[in-house]
Amino acid sequence: MRPGFLKVALLVLKKDLAIEFKSREIAYTTLFFAVACVMIFSFAFVKEEGVPVEGAAAGILWIAVAFSGTLALSRTFERERYSETLRALLLAPASRPAVYAGKLLGMILMMVATEVVLTPMVAFFFHAPFFARPLLLASLLGLGTIGFASVGTLFAAMLVRTRTRDVLLPILLYPVTIPVIIAGVRGTAALLQTPPEEPVATLWIGLLTAFDVVFLTLALWTFEPLMTE
Amino acid sequence: MGVLASMFFALQQQTPDGFVPVTGAPVTEQIPAAPLVMASYAFFLLLMVFYLWTIWRRIGKVEGEMQALERRQSESPKR
Amino acid sequence: MMKKIFLPLALVTAAMFAYAPFAINNVPLESTMLLVQKIFYFHFATWMALTAVIAVCGVSSLIYLFKGSRAADWYAVASAELVVVFGVFGLFSGSLWGRKAWGVWWQWDARVTMATMLVLVFLGYLMVRKYGGPGSEKLAAAMGIFGAATAPFVYKSVDWWRTIHPQTSVVRTLGDKFPAAWNLVLYCSAAFLLLAYLLLAARVRLEAMRSELDRMYLAAED
Repeated sequence: MRPGFLKVALLVLKKDLAIEFKSREIAYTTLFFAVACVMIFSFAFVKEEGVPVEGAAAGILWIAVAFSGTLALSRTFERERYSETLRALLLAPASRPAVYAGKLLGMILMMVATEVVLTPMVAFFFHAPFFARPLLLASLLGLGTIGFASVGTLFAAMLVRTRTRDVLLPILLYPVTIPVIIAGVRGTAALLQTPPEEPVATLWIGLLTAFDVVFLTLALWTFEPLMTE
Repeated sequence: MGVLASMFFALQQQTPDGFVPVTGAPVTEQIPAAPLVMASYAFFLLLMVFYLWTIWRRIGKVEGEMQALERRQSESPKR
Repeated sequence: MMKKIFLPLALVTAAMFAYAPFAINNVPLESTMLLVQKIFYFHFATWMALTAVIAVCGVSSLIYLFKGSRAADWYAVASAELVVVFGVFGLFSGSLWGRKAWGVWWQWDARVTMATMLVLVFLGYLMVRKYGGPGSEKLAAAMGIFGAATAPFVYKSVDWWRTIHPQTSVVRTLGDKFPAAWNLVLYCSAAFLLLAYLLLAARVRLEAMRSELDRMYLAAED
């Protein structure tokens, strides 16, 4: 009897978490990379007296999220490819979209963990009032993460058998996720104004939701034919 | 056209005897439009010619290979 | 059937494009932008052609992905190339127009940014086809589908955010406010759509020939 969609997804998630807990390799390397990203931006975007450039904080946060997310994606699927577990997963009598959902959940958790570290860091280095409207900011980050991760998981999975996957993943992923990043940056920038522009942020949240719905639906729908030989 | 006409009359009232060049006009007024319009249409033409040429070149290559294959087929003895 | 109407259509299209500069020269000037606004007639038409070929790419990518139809793949790669061609011209003409109308060669407004993104997505499509190795047709199909899915957002972007770029209402109300321009817009759009069809047919023919060549190679190995 085939297990249900949610059960399969959670099983895949549990497997990924269990593997990750043992070595914590992806978590540590991704987090460190994200921190290094923010440090580099801090050095690059600081004016002479040591004062950070205004208005850069939102963009820097989202760039760091996007870059470290791409890294986490390629590392995760490289691990799958190396141990050939992806093929085993796809051979299992489970619905393919459920496998995708499980990997997506793992990726979202990884990116959220990174954002939890990055947001206070960027707020600190750039004197930016990120926590003026924490719920709205969390919605922006959450929805943006879902949008980015949904496309990223699909693309990283479909590129697993490609020789030039490391170079192709950013080339393919970044253009498609530009709308998500734009919406995230603009919404965050609106929240960083004094006073925070809540209607603008809400508009971008609405748009992010639309993107998420479109991208998730497409990804769930096309995962199976894309992964079949 | 009405905008230009009224500007012209305004300038006329200031200097009825001679022409004086504009100073301090906004950037958008100082840029001549004609070269931009011409460049746009010229670029379109060049782009189309270029793209058609790339298709023609690629078709030529494929046809060449097809002919080479056919020649080899007719030359070599059939098994 | 395609072969028989190709030449007459090509002649018609060539005639339309030969006449176009005269028509554009004769149409009245627009009140605020004057001469530079005349870039608009091809600029708008190219985005019409782009919309058409993006739809072709999205649909044929879907058909290829789910049905495995080789012919659908030919249409997908051909239309992806055309998206880049028309998109590049759209961005270039927009930049020239913006140089005078906005004072700058480039503006990161919503419509310009999203349109650039679209061209990048389909450039990515072509890169995957070229460097993705075996099986890259399917990967590219994913790009085509996602790219086509974002196209409606590109269209509406200029209505949701009041930016420096003209809104969609400009062209929609053109029939009432500026009938001469509206007729010319229709004429140029028709010319561009015909051109898109012809280029697509030519490009698909190249793919069909390549496929035939592969078949011949395989047959020769037996």
